[in-house]
Amino acid sequence: MFALVDGNNFYATCETVFRPALAGRPLVVLSNNDGCAVARSEAAKALGIKMGAPWFQIARLVESDGLIGLSANFPLYGDMSNRMMSLAAGLGPTQEIYSIDESFIGLDGMRGDLVERAHKIRARILQWVGIPCGIGIGGTKTLAKLANHVAKSAERKPGSYPANLARVCSFAVLSADEQQAVLQATAVGDVWGVGRRIGAQLKEGGVNTAWDLARLDPATVRRRWSVVLERTVRELRGQSCIPLEDAPSNKKQIAVTRSFGRSVSELGPMLEAVSEFASRAGEKLRKQGSFASQVYVFAHTSPFRPPPQFSRGVMVPLRRPTADSALLVAAAIAGMRRIYEPGYQLAKCGVMLLDLVESSLYQAELDLEPGEDRDQSHLMGTIDQLNRRFGKRTVFVGSAGVPQAHEWAMRQERRTPQYTTRLADVPIARA
Amino acid sequence: MLDEITVSTGLLELNRYPLQMYSIAPWRPILCGPEPLVLPMVGDTVHAGFPSPAEDFAVERLDLTTILVTHPQATFIVRLRGDSMREVGIFDGDLLVVNRALKPTHTDVVLAVVDGEFTCKTLWLKHGRMKLKPANPTYPEIVPKDGQIVEIWGVVTATIKRFRA
Repeated sequence: MFALVDGNNFYATCETVFRPALAGRPLVVLSNNDGCAVARSEAAKALGIKMGAPWFQIARLVESDGLIGLSANFPLYGDMSNRMMSLAAGLGPTQEIYSIDESFIGLDGMRGDLVERAHKIRARILQWVGIPCGIGIGGTKTLAKLANHVAKSAERKPGSYPANLARVCSFAVLSADEQQAVLQATAVGDVWGVGRRIGAQLKEGGVNTAWDLARLDPATVRRRWSVVLERTVRELRGQSCIPLEDAPSNKKQIAVTRSFGRSVSELGPMLEAVSEFASRAGEKLRKQGSFASQVYVFAHTSPFRPPPQFSRGVMVPLRRPTADSALLVAAAIAGMRRIYEPGYQLAKCGVMLLDLVESSLYQAELDLEPGEDRDQSHLMGTIDQLNRRFGKRTVFVGSAGVPQAHEWAMRQERRTPQYTTRLADVPIARA
Repeated sequence: MLDEITVSTGLLELNRYPLQMYSIAPWRPILCGPEPLVLPMVGDTVHAGFPSPAEDFAVERLDLTTILVTHPQATFIVRLRGDSMREVGIFDGDLLVVNRALKPTHTDVVLAVVDGEFTCKTLWLKHGRMKLKPANPTYPEIVPKDGQIVEIWGVVTATIKRFRA
């Protein structure tokens, strides 16, 4: 048995906890560089603001409807997530942190009324941390996720599901008829693991609801679509196929990308940007103990602005897998020089490290090119330690440039204080 | 499998080694392979001199965090501005340790939300009525009006005053 605990409108709620005056107001949290809405309060959803809506399109609602836009404050969300997750862990013996605001809890071996227990944990998270959650319980992760969708929808949109399933919904305690009704009321696109494209294909084939999907023959699904969708079908039928992952698995690729604070058309700042991103990616790479074999570099203009448009990327293979920032940066710079062309207002660029291998499984080769490949792991380790201890960018690759001069730097005009992680930023109370 | 192992001059000497294939030269030191072999030793360290009498009483040093923070997930730090709480010893600039896990009771110092703003006051809960009392006679009490929502955000369990860094 699994539970999925998920914070409602997590980023927006975190902001409201420390600025109670924002409660009930239309509020969006904006992605890096204040580009688009990545979280919306209920009131903002009611204004029709879609997830991912670009700020410049919705900014007019500031005047007309009192919309508030805030820059994402990840130090705050990270700390609040940590508080929430450690309380959610009280629901059962094992936990998988699935994202910043969602975690699966393994409930095997738990006795007593799980729904009542879930309500208590939910009340505790709300009181202690200030975050309202939805909790879904089911025999498989897919069903727990579906039950969570039911719990949230029943609270948010009365009438979508039975009202007694709001906030906490256990699929496991429903009768067979109730389970069928819930599955029939759930659109196939809302099932965990059904992406937009497959969802559209399924609908074309007359598979509209979770119930329709669950009744497909798994073997046929495997043949027509994939093993992944077959697993979803089996999970919907109550056969658990996706185990809990207690330890986060290493990432298969590492990307550092940013939208620029304002558009860039010169080569110089683009080289600085990719140098910076490649060394940040290198740090992440070393943290998980991997080597990268390929560096992908891309840049494009804003899709929301008038032409001329530009969108290019290039894969730069590395001579051999490495975690040496100097080599990663050199590859990123070579890639950027290759794709760069003057005359475009570039809005975003990024560096991705691909084809990652475990550094412990790295196959060495006979070194016939002396001098080129000195082992820099000690130097890199020291740089990472310095940056952890004395703050980001204490030591950095020279080609990334000095931060004051970064014309592409992140724009965070609406940033709220780091209420819980910086003493100078703690909330103020009047007395 | 190994019956007895003794360590001598950095190499392994095997007194009895049951696998005949290795006993090329029994009673002689042999190298067991490229991997270092870690052998457990009796006791961690060799004590010379009088043993520390405190050893059996080893405890953790007092830690301010554990004294001030009983519910880490529910504890937040807030800075106080203003002097309406001076008679309970809370002054402008003090840090408040606020615990959201506790149920607020009569006479608790609390962090409340009044008209969307944080305020620190003493909670008065009597005869089914609630009000927020300042600890300074020059300030008025806050009595919720009809329809006005006063939320108790957390209970102030301690204040931190610093005189110098």
